[in-house]
Amino acid sequence: MRLAAPETVTFTQSGFCPGCGHGLAVRLIAEVMEEMGLSEKLLAVVDVACGSLNIDSWRFDTIMAAHGRPIATAVGVKKVRPGNLVMAYIGDGAAYSIGMAETMHTALRNDNVVALVINNSLYGMTGGQCAPTSLPGQITTSTPKGKDPKKAGMPFRVEEAFTGFDIAYLARASMADAKGMIQAKKYVRKAFEKHRNGEGFCLVELLSPCPTNLNMTPVKSVRRIKDEMIPYFPLGEFKDKKREE
Amino acid sequence: MAKVLLKGNEALAEAALAAGCRFYSGYPITPQTEILEYLSWRMEEVGGEFIQAESELAGINMVLGAAAAGARALTTSSGPGFSLKQEGISYLVASDLPAVIVDVMRIGTGLGDIAQGQGDYWQLTRGGGHGDYHTLVLAPASVQENADMMAEAFDLAEKYRHPVLIASDAAIGQMIEAVEIPEFREHDINKYEWTIKGCKKGCEQRKIQNVYYTNPNYETYLKEKYDEMEREEQRYENVCVEDAEVVLVAYGISSRVCREAVETARAEGFKLGMIRPITLWPFPVKAFSEAKEAKAFLTVEMNILGQMMDDVKLATNANYAVDHYGSIFEIPEADGIIAKAKDMWKKGEI
Amino acid sequence: MGNKKEEKVYTNPARCKGCGYCINTCPQEAIQVSDHVNAKGYNTVVVDDSKCVVCGMCYRVCPDYVFEIK
Repeated sequence: MRLAAPETVTFTQSGFCPGCGHGLAVRLIAEVMEEMGLSEKLLAVVDVACGSLNIDSWRFDTIMAAHGRPIATAVGVKKVRPGNLVMAYIGDGAAYSIGMAETMHTALRNDNVVALVINNSLYGMTGGQCAPTSLPGQITTSTPKGKDPKKAGMPFRVEEAFTGFDIAYLARASMADAKGMIQAKKYVRKAFEKHRNGEGFCLVELLSPCPTNLNMTPVKSVRRIKDEMIPYFPLGEFKDKKREE
Repeated sequence: MAKVLLKGNEALAEAALAAGCRFYSGYPITPQTEILEYLSWRMEEVGGEFIQAESELAGINMVLGAAAAGARALTTSSGPGFSLKQEGISYLVASDLPAVIVDVMRIGTGLGDIAQGQGDYWQLTRGGGHGDYHTLVLAPASVQENADMMAEAFDLAEKYRHPVLIASDAAIGQMIEAVEIPEFREHDINKYEWTIKGCKKGCEQRKIQNVYYTNPNYETYLKEKYDEMEREEQRYENVCVEDAEVVLVAYGISSRVCREAVETARAEGFKLGMIRPITLWPFPVKAFSEAKEAKAFLTVEMNILGQMMDDVKLATNANYAVDHYGSIFEIPEADGIIAKAKDMWKKGEI
Repeated sequence: MGNKKEEKVYTNPARCKGCGYCINTCPQEAIQVSDHVNAKGYNTVVVDDSKCVVCGMCYRVCPDYVFEIK
């Protein structure tokens, strides 16, 4: 067993906080690309939030798109370069709030792009505000008394909204521990395989720690994923078009 | 190629394809919808990609992706939809990306109405989105110019790696005239090294992002780019300006009426002239040096506030009387323009 | 699992941000915080080779690419 960060991962400017999940997601993507032998084919579109630092964390040709628009931008890229793999890398706020229309219509058209959604249950870059994925009672800087579902609604579960669409793949994994990482990698790989085969829209949501904005130690923040997030956000594959056919 | 009868919007769409445009994403809005409709079937015939986007926001951000990937990419809209595109235009500028965006102007603020108007001048020329930028703006005045300006717009966009806007309007878009579509050409998506195509091992990664992250001389770089545009890209047409005592300043559909006004006035012995800005930005300051006998300048625009007057005052160092002949809901009429010009001339004599 | 004679966990302390995921994950309790402070200002981790079975869990949970197994 030889384990080393893939050649496409760079470290020079990785400015993520201690315990941030972005580094984990970057490694998953880079490993999957390396194993599939497609590192030179991937074109990435990142959102402007914390995940935008990935532009300096990996060596894929990358666009830093407007907040909430990376999936739309990725669709534009894929139409022009159908021979490449095209991935939008975004947070839950981008995918399920400001960019919900773009996410939904990409699903509606079943455009052949991969969306990796990093769900940390809050807005990270702006300092930890309430997101559509924030849990009931969750203290954030914009819900100082805890998120009230009567006012803000219950957390958004992508599988409840998107399984009705004719998309290629929809799955959720956790990056809270080694077991979760192994499952997450499997789902990410499957999404890229389906994408390579031209099957259509693939969305993989990854539950991710954000210790800084949760005011927790990194270890506590991954325990929170297991104890509080996973019970509400179940892990697994929700849509696997080819298997269903 | 022989001349054909086409609507302005359709001529623009066909000419975009002739210019090598192979990506379009837009959203329906009157009075530009014919562009979207035309490309919905025609783009496929030339092997390009057409997307009817879920919104103008999605449309412009798809264009950004297509442009980064190397395509000649186009989106079109009008008034309210053009406002939504500002987010993406600002990002295109920040990311050094070429693209062409057409605003088939309609009348009014907010919803306004679907009739022709020229109320987007400030938004077009001042950098309609957030931040510190200009975009090149070409203003066609006929169906033929709608066609001719597409290739020019794409060429300029690539020359400067910058979005270029076309300021059309409902009248130009909807009228039918004889037009010759320019020769077809193909655009190679790998023409430029900077387009994203996949990073080979050992090669340098391509990053499409705000230039200030990557260019340490960001401020000088941008300032020099805009200075060069102002120096090199002013386009205009002067009609009887040299001996004119009153000079009309008008672009697009209004300029066609002004041309008639100049002819009529001169037949009566009144020395009227016209400066027609073809680029709204950079504003053709150079055109004004020819107006040696002018006593006054009159902008003719289909808006209330006379938005172009500021630029005329700047171009003439505020040394002359500048006024505005505005028409709302209707294309201005030559008689009214001449009457107002004569009025200004009389005041100038006193 | 790994062959202890040929394989070993190597660390790159310069990359460590001291999150502790590896310590929390290691089934052998072979990883500890050391007194060494890296250039970023974090106390880095150290692997006790005598306890390590080279299972690779630390590599999998580390967000900062500190571990390499070869």
